[in-house]
Amino acid sequence: MDSVVQLQRQLVDYRAQLFNEGFLDEQFNQLQQLQDESNPDFVVEVVTLFFEDSERLLDELAKALEQQSVDYRKIDAHVHQLKGSSSSIGAQRVQKVCIGFRNFCEERNIEGCQKCLQQVKHEYSLVKTKLETLFKLEQKILAAGGSIPLPM
Amino acid sequence: MDGGGGSRENVTAGGGYTEELHVLAVDDSLVDRKLVERLLKNSSCKVTTAENGLRALEFLGLGDEKRTSLEDNVSKVNLIITDYCMPGMTGYELLKKIKESSILKEIPVVIMSSENIPTRINKCLEEGAQMFMLKPLKQSDVVKLRCNLMNCRS
Repeated sequence: MDSVVQLQRQLVDYRAQLFNEGFLDEQFNQLQQLQDESNPDFVVEVVTLFFEDSERLLDELAKALEQQSVDYRKIDAHVHQLKGSSSSIGAQRVQKVCIGFRNFCEERNIEGCQKCLQQVKHEYSLVKTKLETLFKLEQKILAAGGSIPLPM
Repeated sequence: MDGGGGSRENVTAGGGYTEELHVLAVDDSLVDRKLVERLLKNSSCKVTTAENGLRALEFLGLGDEKRTSLEDNVSKVNLIITDYCMPGMTGYELLKKIKESSILKEIPVVIMSSENIPTRINKCLEEGAQMFMLKPLKQSDVVKLRCNLMNCRS
């Protein structure tokens, strides 16, 4: 069993890795700073909303791109929403793909859009896994009686 | 949404009183609503959220159904902060409706957007928006917002 100190170090290192690899950006730190004793689950709550919202949007996007007559405005609207929510929680790589996605929408480039959908699904799935890992690590620390180190 | 206390005053450590701001936050994004609510509550604001312009106007008493409690809601709201890009009524359209209303036009309206488009910003400021804020919102933005409001209130 890892000690609290070891777990805390693992968390700090893992978090740093996520930042270095561009999965998360400064906005994620903003979320952490909004969490306190009276709102101890704020980050998990917002991120969970992000997961639910994103999954809905990705479904809608897949459906929209399968249509005989593609509605690029609708697709752009969905991507805009996904870009916004990923930006709000600091999911930088997801946000970046959305920017390219919107460009393809403007060009009415179906192949470009389809490629971006695959890319955004991939990035979303990666960041989801990583955030879930991060949260599990936090739970382990709390269960061991430790506190979650604040971002530097 | 929790209603908070009925009192509008907070006692500060030095024994002075600060007024509690009641903010109406309008955004179609659930994630952003939760974020703006937390940011504002952390700054001692009372927050009501609405998911679109129509709901916001209803809360403010300008909906199709005129409610008898209209004066209650209106006198309590000190600030309206709204997203620009919303399906149906945009934040700009909501701003216009508020500024066209004799009962609501004095309430400061802040527009938020993820896109930094000068023509959009100018359009909103010209229509009477108090401030324009770029998303994603951070704590420092809320600090700026309070300062901006304080300067205009005295």
